[in-house]
Amino acid sequence: MSTMPVHTPTVVLVGHGMVGQRFLEALADHGVTERARVVVLCEEPRPAYDRVQLTSYFSGRTPDDLSMVEAGFMEKHGIELYVGDPAETIDRAARTVTARSGQVFPYDTLVLATGSYPFVPPVPGKDARGCFVYRTIEDLLAIEEYAKTATTGAVVGGGLLGLEAAGALKGLGLGTHVVEFAPRLMPVQVDEGGGAALLRTIEQMGLSVHTGTGTQEVLTEDGAVIGMRLSDGSELPVDMVVFSAGVRPRDQLARDCGLTVGERGGIAVDEQCRTSDPAVYAIGECALASDGRVYGLVAPGYEMAQTVAATIAAAGERSFSGADMSTKLKLLGVDVASFGDAHGTAEGCLDVVYSDSRSGVYKKLVVDRDGVLLGGVLVGDADSYGMLRPLTGSVPPVSPEQLVLPAGAGAPVVLGPSSLPDDAVICSCHNVTKHAITQCTTLPEVKKCTKAGTGCGSCVKVIEKLLPAATDKGLCGCFSYTRSELYEITRTLRLTSFAELIDSHGRPEARGGDGCEVCKPTVGSILASLAPIIKASGYILDGEQASLQDTNDHFLANLQRNGSYSVVPRIPGGEITPEKLIVIGEVARDFGLYTKITGGQRIDLFGARVDQLPAIWTRLVDAGFESGHAYGKSLRTVKSCVGQTWCRYGVQDSVKMAIQLELRYRGLRSPHKLKSAVSGCARECAEAQSKDFGVIATASGWNLYVGGNGGATPRHADLLAQDLSDAELVRLIDRFLMFYIRTADRLERTSTWLERLEGGLEHLKDVVVHDSLGLCDELEALMAAHVDDYQDEWAQTLDDPDRLRRFVSFVNAPDAPDPSVKFVPERDQIKPDLTVLTIGTRLERV
Amino acid sequence: MKLELSPSPDAWMAVCDDSRLTPGRGVAALLPDGRQAALFKDRSGRAYAIENRDPFTGAQVLSRGLLGSAGGRPFVASPLLKQRFDLETGRCLDDEDVSVTVYPVRAV
Ligand code: SRM
Ligand SMILES: Cc1cc2nc3c(=O)[nH]c(=O)nc-3n(C[C@H](O)[C@H](O)[C@H](O)COP(=O)(O)OP(=O)(O)OC[C@H]3O[C@@H](n4cnc5c(N)ncnc54)[C@H](O)[C@@H]3O)c2cc1C
Ligand code: SF4
Ligand code: FES
Repeated sequence: MSTMPVHTPTVVLVGHGMVGQRFLEALADHGVTERARVVVLCEEPRPAYDRVQLTSYFSGRTPDDLSMVEAGFMEKHGIELYVGDPAETIDRAARTVTARSGQVFPYDTLVLATGSYPFVPPVPGKDARGCFVYRTIEDLLAIEEYAKTATTGAVVGGGLLGLEAAGALKGLGLGTHVVEFAPRLMPVQVDEGGGAALLRTIEQMGLSVHTGTGTQEVLTEDGAVIGMRLSDGSELPVDMVVFSAGVRPRDQLARDCGLTVGERGGIAVDEQCRTSDPAVYAIGECALASDGRVYGLVAPGYEMAQTVAATIAAAGERSFSGADMSTKLKLLGVDVASFGDAHGTAEGCLDVVYSDSRSGVYKKLVVDRDGVLLGGVLVGDADSYGMLRPLTGSVPPVSPEQLVLPAGAGAPVVLGPSSLPDDAVICSCHNVTKHAITQCTTLPEVKKCTKAGTGCGSCVKVIEKLLPAATDKGLCGCFSYTRSELYEITRTLRLTSFAELIDSHGRPEARGGDGCEVCKPTVGSILASLAPIIKASGYILDGEQASLQDTNDHFLANLQRNGSYSVVPRIPGGEITPEKLIVIGEVARDFGLYTKITGGQRIDLFGARVDQLPAIWTRLVDAGFESGHAYGKSLRTVKSCVGQTWCRYGVQDSVKMAIQLELRYRGLRSPHKLKSAVSGCARECAEAQSKDFGVIATASGWNLYVGGNGGATPRHADLLAQDLSDAELVRLIDRFLMFYIRTADRLERTSTWLERLEGGLEHLKDVVVHDSLGLCDELEALMAAHVDDYQDEWAQTLDDPDRLRRFVSFVNAPDAPDPSVKFVPERDQIKPDLTVLTIGTRLERV
Repeated sequence: MKLELSPSPDAWMAVCDDSRLTPGRGVAALLPDGRQAALFKDRSGRAYAIENRDPFTGAQVLSRGLLGSAGGRPFVASPLLKQRFDLETGRCLDDEDVSVTVYPVRAV
């Protein structure tokens, strides 16, 4: 007896890149994987990964982190994936695909998602050792390896990818050149003005940019790159070259089997992404869309993937006829964005331009005669991109002038996302509207349900503003009060324990609970700053307070990546005697610690096991050192310049003042760390204007600056008062710090606090200089109590055997050192041996 | 009262006196086979034990994280990169693919 074989329809996908994977997910969503056989031919040695985020490999993301395929996805949907086995030929008559391994796959539907290849201009020497392209993880691995022996590199191409590659080379420590044929950088995305702003900023970062010139030849010696000759005749000595001169669609497979391809490449498709053979589709960067364009961005590719999946599933009409080419990226730390009709090609359109070449900011909006926003270019400050792009095609609620002016100039307007229409597309990578986002309540939920925010990530800021959490100002899931409200509650009710506070003022569902990692340290810090007046223990590790502190405060040292700790003794003002330097050296030598001068004018000793801390500190305390509070949200350092005593320009004794201030405010717990500096004259060698409170000497006294910040978002400090005497200076700082501690949010530096403070600097002056709220006596009294109560935390700890008991690696084996804390040598010192940790870790899992 | 934990089925080992644990914090214990456990006590005095190894970094540090509770369930937040782990199931609350071993504990 014979049975008719049942025919299982087969879908074959060639190319497992970003778009291919998105297509598979859409097929699974439509249930096609349940009724059809799905075969995937993947050329690269690994399944689909996030090419958009490729460069983040250099900032520590592993190939695994970049994977786009959820664990178990292929198995769950019964998809056959052949990794490292590309399609070699297509026989359209027989409807088969032959892979390199020789396997032949019959298909009913064939989908080509072969992406692009980097275009390498046909110049002599282009294949020499040291020439690379920038497209795959393998390319990056090869670049990284070669860069180890190179000192300079050039990137050919100053477009989006070229600049990204240049950033990577610079990050690898190479002197970096960018050669761009067009007269400006990023010619596709930005206009002339934007290109000029970008150029200035990028040159300031130390990259050499050569625009308006081509590459004529790669110069070689023994088959390896030694330089480049440009079309203007000049030569650049470089050790490696990365070509990033555009991409070309990979359409060879399609050409070979007679499918129609465009004149300038790309597999021609209709609005359903069907090629000239109705059984064959093409999606992503290899396709020439029905509007005559090849899209080199991922979002249009996703749109095509969903179109084809819906068509195959016969799930209603969906089509792809074109997409917008908006992009926002952070290139080497410079924001660049363009959206809509960025070049103003529409008839009769008008430009509104703001340009500040000093700060490298350039903004242009294109509007039509009726005020409809058509597009724009933003360089240097693209914060408004998330808001402007969705407004494209409509008349913005305020004038375009107001939209381009920077904060602080005239009456700038920051549009809130609430002014966006419901159908505004917030995430352009995944085409998600405001409406879809507002159906969710948390960011993880948005990412899971809509995928918004999981592409380039540029929309996340706006998404966060749309979520209900944004209107809940509460500190965390346990408290609906802000930090400053909790400070007031604790102060007025004289509460001395976290348990009391959460049981009486926590959110109903959190009462009786344990709190969380956010509110516990915050309340711990409030109790510590108020200790003298609420009569709580001044020692931050007494009783319940011990359970509130982050691990750093708990062990009075900073936790490092391998579980060891660092030790930072206080060196007030950066001044230290030779004897004390010798003690630090001896301690470091005897305990085998890694030693480094910090950016805060003191010395950090790394690699101590938790059980070594007491012995190390016994030696340091005996020599007269105190805790440097490098671990606490508290005063770090008051840096100084050498000042009048030695410096020929100095007008005041900056070292003495720095020491006085550091000793006064040491140990003061605050919402975030506090930093300070004192300079002996206006030359400002101590960089006081980048500090939370900075002091600069004048001929007749001191100028006090506040709200400065280095770090991630630097801010110049504002001048609070001039020509103060020593006593006036100290009194004003007392008031300023206590007012900040009382009113700031958790982890809010003085800079962001001051920016947020209603009325800004003027209000601050009113409160702390003119005492407009009548608070100053109280603020000064609080500080006086702090100064009186101060004790060195390490000395307090060493004095008490009970307090020392926590410093063991193992509670059941107090004498056993932790075997996982291991070191290997580097440059005559030690560094953590991470190999003992990596086995089986999440990040390294293969 | 002494706290004991079960490093492997049917085996119990003494770890420390209950008084060594501060409610809301943890301590580390060395297991007979060289692995490490993190022992915690919550506000109500209940004890929990999980692996000490932070699966995100490989460092043996979970015992030094802060204990909290969410929806009535206890968790610890890793002191390194702050991922939270449910103390009853060992599941990571920030990445559903990750979990740590849970060890039974008893007070005797
Ligand atoms: C050791 C040191 C780097 C060095 O080797 O020089 C350092 C190391 C760390 N810094 Fe820093 N910073 C150090 C000087 C600085 C400086 C320079 C300065 O103080 O003049 C800055 C910029 C100035 C500023 O803060 O405005 C700086 C800006 C930051 C920031 C960004 C702060 C911001 O407002 O943007 C962080 C992150 C944070 O605090 O949230 C940070 C955080 C850290 C942490 C705590 C990260 C962490 O959580 O592990 C590092 C702890 C090291 C450790 O375990 O001991 N560190 N850090 C420097 C210690 C100075 C000291 O003696 O205390
Ligand atoms: C560094 C970098 C940064 C980028 N940044 C952005 C950005 O910020 N925003 C943005 O929108 N886009 C960005 N892109 C572009 C984005 O990555 C692409 O648009 C996207 O990857 C296109 O997806 P795709 O699936 O069409 O092609 P790909 O992801 O290239 O996938 C195609 C796959 O097909 C395989 N293949 C080819 N031929 C065959 C064959 N015969 N058999 C089997 N397999 C085959 C290839 O090996 C490849 O793995 C960036 C690209 C790079 C390189
Ligand atoms: S800030 Fe002035 S006093 Fe201080 S070292 Fe520099 S030049 Fe000299
Ligand atoms: S716009 Fe790129 S992730 Fe949303």
